[in-house]
Amino acid sequence: MTWDVALILVTDGLANGAVYLLAGLGLVLIFSVTRVVFVPFGDIAAFAALSLAAFETGRVPPTIGMVAVLAALALATEIGSLLRRGEASRIPKAVLMWGVLPAIPCLLAWLAARPGVPVAVHIAVAVLLVVPIAPLLARVVFQPIADASVLVLLIVSLALHFLLSGLGLLFFGPEGSRTTPLTSAAFTLGDGFTVSGQVVLMVGAAIVLSGLFFLVFERTVAGKALRATAVNRVGARLVGIRPVRTALLAYGCASLLAGLIGVLIAPVTTMYYDSGFIIGLKAFVAAIIGGLVSYPMTAVGALAVGVVESFASFWSGALKDVIVFSLLIPVLMLRSFMAAHAEEEEDEVDQ
Amino acid sequence: MKSLMQILTRGALAAALTACGVASAFAADLKVGLSVSLSGPNSSLGVPYAKGMQAALAYKPEINGRKVQLIVLDDGSDPTTAGRNARKLIEEDKVDVLMGTSGVPAAIAMAQVGKEAKVPMIGLTPILLDANENPWVMTVAQPTQLMIDAVVERMKRNNVKTVGYIGFTDAWGDLVYNALMKAAPEAGIKVVSNERYARADASVTGQVLKIVALRPDAVMTGGAGTPGALPFLALQERGYKGGVYGQHGLINPDFVRVVGASGQNALMPTGPVIVAEQLPDSHPTKKIATDFRAVFQKVNNAPTSDAFSAYSFDGWLVFADAASRAMKKAEPGTAEFRVALRDAIFSTKEVVGTHGVYTFKPGSLYGVDERARVIVKLDNGQWKLAP
Repeated sequence: MTWDVALILVTDGLANGAVYLLAGLGLVLIFSVTRVVFVPFGDIAAFAALSLAAFETGRVPPTIGMVAVLAALALATEIGSLLRRGEASRIPKAVLMWGVLPAIPCLLAWLAARPGVPVAVHIAVAVLLVVPIAPLLARVVFQPIADASVLVLLIVSLALHFLLSGLGLLFFGPEGSRTTPLTSAAFTLGDGFTVSGQVVLMVGAAIVLSGLFFLVFERTVAGKALRATAVNRVGARLVGIRPVRTALLAYGCASLLAGLIGVLIAPVTTMYYDSGFIIGLKAFVAAIIGGLVSYPMTAVGALAVGVVESFASFWSGALKDVIVFSLLIPVLMLRSFMAAHAEEEEDEVDQ
Repeated sequence: MKSLMQILTRGALAAALTACGVASAFAADLKVGLSVSLSGPNSSLGVPYAKGMQAALAYKPEINGRKVQLIVLDDGSDPTTAGRNARKLIEEDKVDVLMGTSGVPAAIAMAQVGKEAKVPMIGLTPILLDANENPWVMTVAQPTQLMIDAVVERMKRNNVKTVGYIGFTDAWGDLVYNALMKAAPEAGIKVVSNERYARADASVTGQVLKIVALRPDAVMTGGAGTPGALPFLALQERGYKGGVYGQHGLINPDFVRVVGASGQNALMPTGPVIVAEQLPDSHPTKKIATDFRAVFQKVNNAPTSDAFSAYSFDGWLVFADAASRAMKKAEPGTAEFRVALRDAIFSTKEVVGTHGVYTFKPGSLYGVDERARVIVKLDNGQWKLAP
């Protein structure tokens, strides 16, 4: 292997790692606040990418219908639970929150599907369109079972993934799509080594977004509430933080991240209705390296997964995924060796 | 509530009676059982197969004055379901012939059931089975070797001395690689790499870098459908200047859509039906291919853009020819008829189809020759005949 080959592989790996980083952040965010390993995360990214591809081919993305149906379900669930608790006076607010709010991106997407709309609008709308998906799913599926065990939540989340990827197949068909690159720029760094603008964009987006994350968690009330819920749900409730609301905030942020991932990678890889799952799995490896709690370790893990994947594909294309997922074994051994005592006392306190 | 139950029972009873009535009315008809992947990852192939079969039914709905009944089942891209479908078609529907399916493993599963139950099967994909041990199955698809031979011939004509290979990690990648390894040394071409990737992979940069570093004169790809576009895109990105060759698994409108400009001038083999209107009038399959296009358009209200629907059509033509001869010997629906049909299929001579001219002999699964392949070039998103 020569230096320029290694350099190309590293850049390719970092670009992939940036995507796993964003996905890993989303997974850790949701897990730490709600204890849900959110498997459908990747599916939401695929929905964003395929919706964008649908816009480009002049079709109305079927995602609109899905979001609308989900909103109707969530609204019905909410009204049902309000009536049961005898709080009918809060129905108008629920309608606004669960009916009107998710309908806005649907309406925008429907308008954007007309001919002559600029690409930038398509991208923005494709991201916005998937933002309501995770919160709506959470309201319908996860909120009623918020206190169940981690295992139950994982199984439900896995079932949701199969549901979403099934819908993806129904909506977008089995064949993949690619969108036009966001930028065609290429930067030449001495010796004829070029980095495509798209890669710079992916890495840049990962850096900016993780920076924003850091600021939000450190400097805003909402961020502090998220952290507090992550540390101790009961304690957070005692000081006036509503776990339901912070959970929804976490789902919303993660959904936004998934949407951004979708539009960032759609031009460089062919997206299929089920490609999100693989991205989610690799991000999960990264998140495990971070112990599903640490954001900086997740970031390091994501970049490591990206680079290892890239080199593995050079050495042995056929065994690439085996090598990447084998990373889990030493990491888990090391973690269980180092953190044996902490795990025991951390048993759930908010049952 | 009671009345509702009564209505339901009566309805069910009536439906059952009608079903029996229909079954007995069709008893003397020919029955064709088709199992294809209408759902699951293979559905992009399975749906065209089913549409092609509908066109074939419209083209030739009767054989010797007998109506033909087509029963279509979905195997969900799963070999186990395909095998179960075959059993259901044979035991419940009492079909005279099996046809299918869009995946090679699933087609093999069907063929095994057909062999057990002694029902002939016309395969629509290249099936990998020992012909001597499986005397009940044959296929209308071209053998992979025939197609790859054409590619290697073309490489030789283009003065290619070394070729790099990149293909799927699955059976299809192996099949193409083995065919290439068989044909290339005979043509004096050296295969310098055997890189693999999975269908779901996001990038093949690593593999392509390795190939580019070896500087081969050309690259051969062993992929199919949209994932098959990945090496073309990566080679273009790395500025590879040599020729890139594909094979018939890539002849698919979705591949053309995804590969975009990176597939410009790529050469690959296919059945002549893809470029029917560009063929010289003397080509044996031109007329039937044009007829097929017309009837497909009429039945499905859309033009054909794939090779798969044409395989279904050819399977039907082979069946129709064999059935018309077998009906002189036995009555459809009987075990004797299925034997006669099998023998008739294996004595098929020069039946002109859209993909080629079929002549089946016992001891071979395949029935096509050089007339079943042409080399096409991808030119601005259109397949152009490259004579």
